[in-house]
Amino acid sequence: MAETAVANTGQPQKLLPGMEGFVADWSSDQRAFKKVSWGKAMMWIFLLSDTFIFSCFLISYMTVRMSTTVPWPNPSKVFALHIGGQEVPLILIAIMTFVLISSSGTMAMAVNYGYRRDRKKTAILMLATAAFGATFVGMQAFEWTKLISEGVRPWENPWGAAQFGSAFFMITGFHGTHVTIGVIFLLIIAHKVWRGDFDTGRAGFMTRRKGRYENVEIMGLYWHFVDLVWVFIFAFFYLW
Amino acid sequence: MAQAMSHSSAQSAARAAPHDETHQQHPIKLYLVVWGWLFVLSLFSYLVDYFHVQGILRWSLICLFMTLKAGLIVAIFMHMAWERLTLIYAILIPPAVLMVFIVIMATESEYTHWLRELFFRTGT
Repeated sequence: MAETAVANTGQPQKLLPGMEGFVADWSSDQRAFKKVSWGKAMMWIFLLSDTFIFSCFLISYMTVRMSTTVPWPNPSKVFALHIGGQEVPLILIAIMTFVLISSSGTMAMAVNYGYRRDRKKTAILMLATAAFGATFVGMQAFEWTKLISEGVRPWENPWGAAQFGSAFFMITGFHGTHVTIGVIFLLIIAHKVWRGDFDTGRAGFMTRRKGRYENVEIMGLYWHFVDLVWVFIFAFFYLW
Repeated sequence: MAQAMSHSSAQSAARAAPHDETHQQHPIKLYLVVWGWLFVLSLFSYLVDYFHVQGILRWSLICLFMTLKAGLIVAIFMHMAWERLTLIYAILIPPAVLMVFIVIMATESEYTHWLRELFFRTGT
């Protein structure tokens, strides 16, 4: 079993670095992504496909915003909140950004503690990540409620170009869905870590296969990607 | 007992790393530093809006902070900086094609905008 596993990797000779390695890896037959498990490689490829989905949304947003003759609503004013009698521009979005970045920080540390076999710290950091994620979704729900009550619809809004609403609901809605799925995913993996599944080799409930601490890193890739997408949404939709 | 322990830990180590896969192990401090930078960069991009920076300076600052943040997340948090070139190119080259898509759609929307200005502005 161990021998077949070694034979399957097809890497008896030493790996070349840099550009030579790039060509050698791709032309080596069997397995291009050396030193990367299938789980991780496939998560990366899924994230690549997700990149294209979000890019399509952002590019269509660019298209409607550039082509409309009606002025675009000013996001700085639309997303302002009244705090202590003063109008603070974009403050909710700024807080949401900091919350999501914090969740990325705790996630990165959870991955690190996972590889150190520190079950307790890993699980707690993952739960903290999930809590930040849930906070983010909650704030987004608040933001949606506020805008809907002010009369923003996918087909109209009180301030300008009608496409503002459709772009807003589509982009933030799809991103919020990703965060929600991420929170559920996080809770499941955190529960597994807490129970010690990756130490005892307990079979997973869906795949019936043993998990490894690398699952935490794969989970982390997804979570960091959600944060990454928000960086672009924040820049292009809210600040532009 | 000690032997059994070491045996089982060797087993779990084998389970953790079949196929000679390398695992990312970096000091926690690295993540905290990156986290701090992400906070600072986010704050800067918020301040761009807060102080109503306008025009070309606004767009270039927003893009600069966005690119730096995205780079830090991908390189450090997602460990791309330590992966082999094969995976890096496989994941990072395809999105570059999006630049072409953006240029095409920008050209197209300029044209649409021009048509709308020309034919639908008469009444207003």
